[in-house]
Amino acid sequence: MSALLSVQSLTVRTGALELVSKVSFEIEPGARMGLIGESGSGKSMTALAVMGLLPARVHSSGSVLLDGKEVVGAPERTLVPLRGNAAAVVFQEPLTALDPLMKVGRQVAEPLIRRARRNGEKLARREVRREVRRLFEEVSLPEPDRVSHSYPHQLSGGQRQRVALAMALSCRPKLLIADEPTTALDVTIQAEILGLLDRLVRDHGMALLFIGHDLPVVASVVDQMTVLRQGVAVEQGPVGQILREPRHAYTQELVDAARTFDAALEGSA
Amino acid sequence: MSLLDVRNLRYSYDGGEPVLRDVSFRVESGMNVGLVGESGSGKTTILRLLLGLARPDGGSIHFDGEPVRSGERSFMRSYRRSVQTVFQDPYSSLDPRQSVGNIIAEPLRSLGIPGPRREAVGQALDAVDLPRDVTSRYPHEFSGGQRQRIAIARAIVAHPRIVLADEPVSALDLSTRVRIIELLKSLSRSVTIVLVSHDLGVVAALCQKSVVLDRGRIVEAGETAQVLRHPEHSYTKKLLASVPRLPA
Repeated sequence: MSALLSVQSLTVRTGALELVSKVSFEIEPGARMGLIGESGSGKSMTALAVMGLLPARVHSSGSVLLDGKEVVGAPERTLVPLRGNAAAVVFQEPLTALDPLMKVGRQVAEPLIRRARRNGEKLARREVRREVRRLFEEVSLPEPDRVSHSYPHQLSGGQRQRVALAMALSCRPKLLIADEPTTALDVTIQAEILGLLDRLVRDHGMALLFIGHDLPVVASVVDQMTVLRQGVAVEQGPVGQILREPRHAYTQELVDAARTFDAALEGSA
Repeated sequence: MSLLDVRNLRYSYDGGEPVLRDVSFRVESGMNVGLVGESGSGKTTILRLLLGLARPDGGSIHFDGEPVRSGERSFMRSYRRSVQTVFQDPYSSLDPRQSVGNIIAEPLRSLGIPGPRREAVGQALDAVDLPRDVTSRYPHEFSGGQRQRIAIARAIVAHPRIVLADEPVSALDLSTRVRIIELLKSLSRSVTIVLVSHDLGVVAALCQKSVVLDRGRIVEAGETAQVLRHPEHSYTKKLLASVPRLPA
């Protein structure tokens, strides 16, 4: 089977500064890859490059094949249909991803209507409403009708992230990119959202690119991992193997740090 | 006698819903205490009250047997000497225009503590494992972990009895986090740490005692090991189950 996402020798630069250096990885349909790194490791730049969403004056080279299409250097008209259909993103802070002036029901309805139009269909308002409701139920939002009529600021952080997930789902993407999706959340809410993410990815047979700085979080969600440090992929492989036998000193340091806190929780510190 | 004795604290902002309801706990000398909770638990409000930045609606705080009188200048001066703080964000808690030496010496100046400042600053730097020659440099030259070491040096320079640490490692990367916790642990031989944190793993690594807060109430308190091994309250159980850990 050919890869859904194939990143080869991706380099991201701004001016003379190299933010990502020759990073390569592949994700098969339905597979789960984690990008782990600390601040400045280039993990978010990698995610943006995959979607062709790099900020102005930040340039990528190398190759990113998303669902068979080259993203690096592609014009907007190639990228627009890829976004959503091939891959959808959930960001760290849903408050910045959601439009503050629009009720969240409408924000989820928009991609639904766009997708229907692209397929030459026209959705009746009732159908749109029913579909939004179904999506909200799928992401376990309580009182979907009330939530639908709320503005983002009227919802809690966890509820907003559920809305963002519903929006991503409405595009029926083959790849879900989650960029630090639980970093801004309380730990109990984080556990709920991670559980939800896991279920959604499995139910829809989506592939997952999960980006995070917290090793235990990333390791609990994905099967394969790429460890980034200062823009370089220092280690890559199955999660179990990396945790058992980290080859790079930096990975070893991360694993040791995580184990220190785990041991403290077990009362053996 | 307890170092800190917090009794039946009640507090609400501008007459709104109470954010602290009848909160009582003690801090004994030499026993680090972790105040654990999520957003809205009231842990930061407790810290504000402990610092004398706000007055409780009800209840009291005693330090070393004496009631904390936040309106009384002479009392607050000696209280501040005994109770110092480390904040969450090492990027905003240090004045960028001050040299590291001046930053660390600040409590000595503002509290009017006599004696050779250079030597006191040097000893504080030794304690946090930074070379003494960093004093002429400025905060922007340092990483997050090093900045937090500078903030800790400032907190201990006047030899306080308590350091209140408000999420001191949550802005730091995982490997740096371990090193700062190790540092705080080594310092707690001479100062008692009250750690405010949402992270049970961090509390477990540093504090012998834990106080678990949920929506302004203490739901569980006791020896940390006991709380972790046999959590009694459903909220504590949920919190414990939510902590991300490495797969076995």
